[in-house]
Amino acid sequence: MNNKLYGNLIFELSKEGRRGYSLPRFECEKYRIPQSLCREKDAELPECDELTVVRHYTNHSANNFGVDNGFYPLGSCTMKYNPCISEEMASLPAFRDLHPLQPADSVAGAREVCRDLEQLLCRLTGMHAFTLKPYAGAHGELTGLMVIRGYHESRHDDKRTKVLIPDSAHGTNPASAAVCGLEVLEVKSLSDGTVDVEDLKAIIQVQGSEIAGMMMTNPNTLGLFEKNIPEIAKLVHDCGGLMYYDGANLNPMLGACRPGDMGFDVMHVNLHKTFSTPHGGGGPGAGPVGVRAGLEAFFPAVSPYEGNFAVLMRAYAYILSLGKEHVKEVGPLATLNANYIKERLKDLYLLPIEGLCKHEFVFDGLADKSTGVTTMDVAKRLLDYGYHAPTIYFPLLFHESLMIEPTENESKETIDGFIEVMRKIAQEAKERPEELKAAPHLTPIGRVDDVQAAKHPVVTYQQMQHDDN
Amino acid sequence: MAKFIEGLYYSESHEYVRVEGEYGYVGITDFAQQQLGNVVYVDLPEVDDDVEADGEFGAVESVKAASDLVSPVSGTVVEVNEALEDAPELVNQDAFGNWIMKVKLADMGELDRLMDVKAYEEFCNK
Amino acid sequence: MDYKYFPHTAKDVREMLDTIGVTSLEDLYAEVPATIRFQGEYDIPSAKSELEIRQLFDRLGRENRPLTCFAGAGVYDHYTPSVIPSIVSRSEYLTSYTPYQAEISQGTLHYIFEYQSMMAELTGMDVSNASMYDGTTATAEAAMMAVAAGKKANRILISDTVDPKIKDMVQTYARFHDMVVEPIAEKRGVTDKQDMQTKLETGGVAGVIVQQPNYFGVVEDYTGFADSCHAGKALLIMNSVAADLAILKTPGEWGADIAVGDGQSLGIPMQFGGPYIGYMCCKEKLIRKMPGRIVGMTQDNRGQRAFVLTLQAREQHIRRQKATSNICSNQSLMALFVTIYMALMGKEGLKEAARQSYCKAHYLHEQLLATSRFTEAFAHPFFNEFCVRYDGDVDGLLKRLETAGIFGGIKVGDNLLMIAVTEKRTKEEMDKLVKIAAS
Repeated sequence: MNNKLYGNLIFELSKEGRRGYSLPRFECEKYRIPQSLCREKDAELPECDELTVVRHYTNHSANNFGVDNGFYPLGSCTMKYNPCISEEMASLPAFRDLHPLQPADSVAGAREVCRDLEQLLCRLTGMHAFTLKPYAGAHGELTGLMVIRGYHESRHDDKRTKVLIPDSAHGTNPASAAVCGLEVLEVKSLSDGTVDVEDLKAIIQVQGSEIAGMMMTNPNTLGLFEKNIPEIAKLVHDCGGLMYYDGANLNPMLGACRPGDMGFDVMHVNLHKTFSTPHGGGGPGAGPVGVRAGLEAFFPAVSPYEGNFAVLMRAYAYILSLGKEHVKEVGPLATLNANYIKERLKDLYLLPIEGLCKHEFVFDGLADKSTGVTTMDVAKRLLDYGYHAPTIYFPLLFHESLMIEPTENESKETIDGFIEVMRKIAQEAKERPEELKAAPHLTPIGRVDDVQAAKHPVVTYQQMQHDDN
Repeated sequence: MAKFIEGLYYSESHEYVRVEGEYGYVGITDFAQQQLGNVVYVDLPEVDDDVEADGEFGAVESVKAASDLVSPVSGTVVEVNEALEDAPELVNQDAFGNWIMKVKLADMGELDRLMDVKAYEEFCNK
Repeated sequence: MDYKYFPHTAKDVREMLDTIGVTSLEDLYAEVPATIRFQGEYDIPSAKSELEIRQLFDRLGRENRPLTCFAGAGVYDHYTPSVIPSIVSRSEYLTSYTPYQAEISQGTLHYIFEYQSMMAELTGMDVSNASMYDGTTATAEAAMMAVAAGKKANRILISDTVDPKIKDMVQTYARFHDMVVEPIAEKRGVTDKQDMQTKLETGGVAGVIVQQPNYFGVVEDYTGFADSCHAGKALLIMNSVAADLAILKTPGEWGADIAVGDGQSLGIPMQFGGPYIGYMCCKEKLIRKMPGRIVGMTQDNRGQRAFVLTLQAREQHIRRQKATSNICSNQSLMALFVTIYMALMGKEGLKEAARQSYCKAHYLHEQLLATSRFTEAFAHPFFNEFCVRYDGDVDGLLKRLETAGIFGGIKVGDNLLMIAVTEKRTKEEMDKLVKIAAS
């Protein structure tokens, strides 16, 4: 890490007169842009030579941590390996240089990728048709809910404006519902973490005729399989609603169970999770939406073309690489890894719900609560040992949630190493709690003051300079 | 330990009203600010806004949480505590001293629906 | 397992199953009811080796035909400096996720902060978010933001000179959202200001959406639009092609409250429609109403400058159904892409690429009119995209151009052809187009 020499912002490296580009000459002075159309002042963008730019971004990349750097057990994010071959295929000029509005006969190969990927997704999920337009998981949720509303509207069943969502759901579900004009009805969880079917029945009994559908992820956000799913689907269908499958946790279902067979009518797939397209520091992803037969007429156009096409190319390459022989091994291996970690740590970390998990599970912090060491402290200490932290403080059902998802790509050695460190941290919590509370110690920066950041937001270089003066 | 003050009216959503004549000063309770942690932003209503009892009139945000403000009373906003714009931490320092809005009360009878300090303290300790 | 992405040996699997206390991988799914358990084989092809994958994509690629691009309509064939793909493909950027753990994510947080600064500068606005999916959805998000900020107002006016793809997107989002979308008439290629005025006066308007340059390539005169909107308590939302703002009067200068658009023009390849990047900037007082991720500056406990995701209380993972949007990511890698583009091209390069695009478009326009088969469609200034009226069959012309390896533009009316030119097009390419078009 070269933070001392290269910790600047690109603006701080700028010097008037430097150039980082070259363009061919085009002599056409006679075309002058009328002053009345122009901005008064130039945009104050940096002026840097090429090597300065290259060093700047190369050195900053060293302050990042990716799957290629090390174990990344971030729960609910499925940080699996992103194969290099997929990257290579996605950057082929024969696809990269296509304008999306080109005549159909000049983009036959690209269209074949899309149609074929739709087919593959149908077969892997048990759905009838897919749209590749949604740009991300949340965008897929919105798309799927629009399908559901479009379906009810087509039957002139206009009072279905409520959607059932388990209280364990990710916050994006209710947010998507709100964008789609749906009122959220929260369904309670049982102490074993699964949907309380009796609560569901009670809600349906009163408001059944107003229910558009139910959003669920299975396994749920605790990593537990909702074994009552056939009954839940029947209850919702009987009251006239549709079942929506949030594909966030589809990975452990590969080779085990298809959403179509569970009784879901509409679903999205996070290609950046289950089908290994890189997370890219937060995006771009892709969230194709699948439906059972008869609902494809309600697909809305949530993007102008074929969504994030280059992301789709990567998923296509990945699925074809695995093929039918290996796709089915994904779920069992991811589940094996998760259960193994859980069993080997549950004496030191509090496991609120016993039993088999699927691809991930949740601890409620350290088992020994007397040390005052929190989940935050454990997460930060992991960074010192060269691991990415698990997802923390989600789900909200527990105070000290620590959610671990190892994926199928991690070896027993990697996992054993992680387990050892987690046990060591539990030991440190007893012996040197203060050191943990101040962690991390070995990272490029220490814990940040996020209160200051939120109280007086400084979100641009211009504001930063303004504050300095 | 959270502070509880005599003579105020309290709601279940943790707002208080301090009544002076025909006006009510509305804020969040000390218990509420403790639950929320460091307040980083108070979304204030505007003067002349009409508020309704049980209606939202703004929000308080900490880094990791946000809470809608629910008005315990109906009326018209006549003043807002602008000091909170630049110093939201005042809510943490003295929640009862730093009210959020001053309302011209439309219906004094509504106060009867609210809790007194004893009832509120019991409510919080449940 | 004898597969390159799965490191488990049979012995590993056995030991791990023993630790868990089950006898087979199958047993890990004991709770899944037999009736819904997937049995048998997926009906998909067998695994392909890396060589076979390459052969397949090679074949598919040969079924495509990249053309010399004179089409725009929101997607432009600008030049990509070679530095960008080389850095963007670094796996420290590529394979990381949302920078939740600031201590090991300063790389990502740093470039997002730079991105926000550059976009605010380019649009002439105070603040920017960390980016969104694309320009069309960012515009729909801006409309929802206006409705949320507008308390009880829920009407959105959108000019008929706005790209139909953007109009459709706003309509798609509005369909089930509490938001009513109404058009503002177009008059000879520009927004009918009087029509806007009349509609604003009827009240309840939360936002007005215009585009600059508009769909037809016209640079409109938006003098007085912001004042009219603000008098009607509506926000002015302006959608622009990012690259053009290096020269054009900015949304900030026009008095817009929210600036949105697509950043694809900042060197991102066309790649058949995506991924691109939507940008959203706004006035400082609206920052807490803005959807999407935002990165802010702060300090760490060692006194160093540091960057962190901030204002998260607006977002879905905290506010659930009351969030400003359901969006829970940004187009991060594309933000890195355009940040490096703006860093390399810099203050002068961005202007030069825009100026060249302008000049070349005007050269081509002039040459086409000189063939006397084309006439000007609108008597308004344009930037690097324009409409011309053709005295023959536009479809036939486009077909002839395609045969010659040229994507000649987009048909936008019976005789109307819309053409875009970037700095990438050469004089030879333009002259070739003119020659075919004149015949």
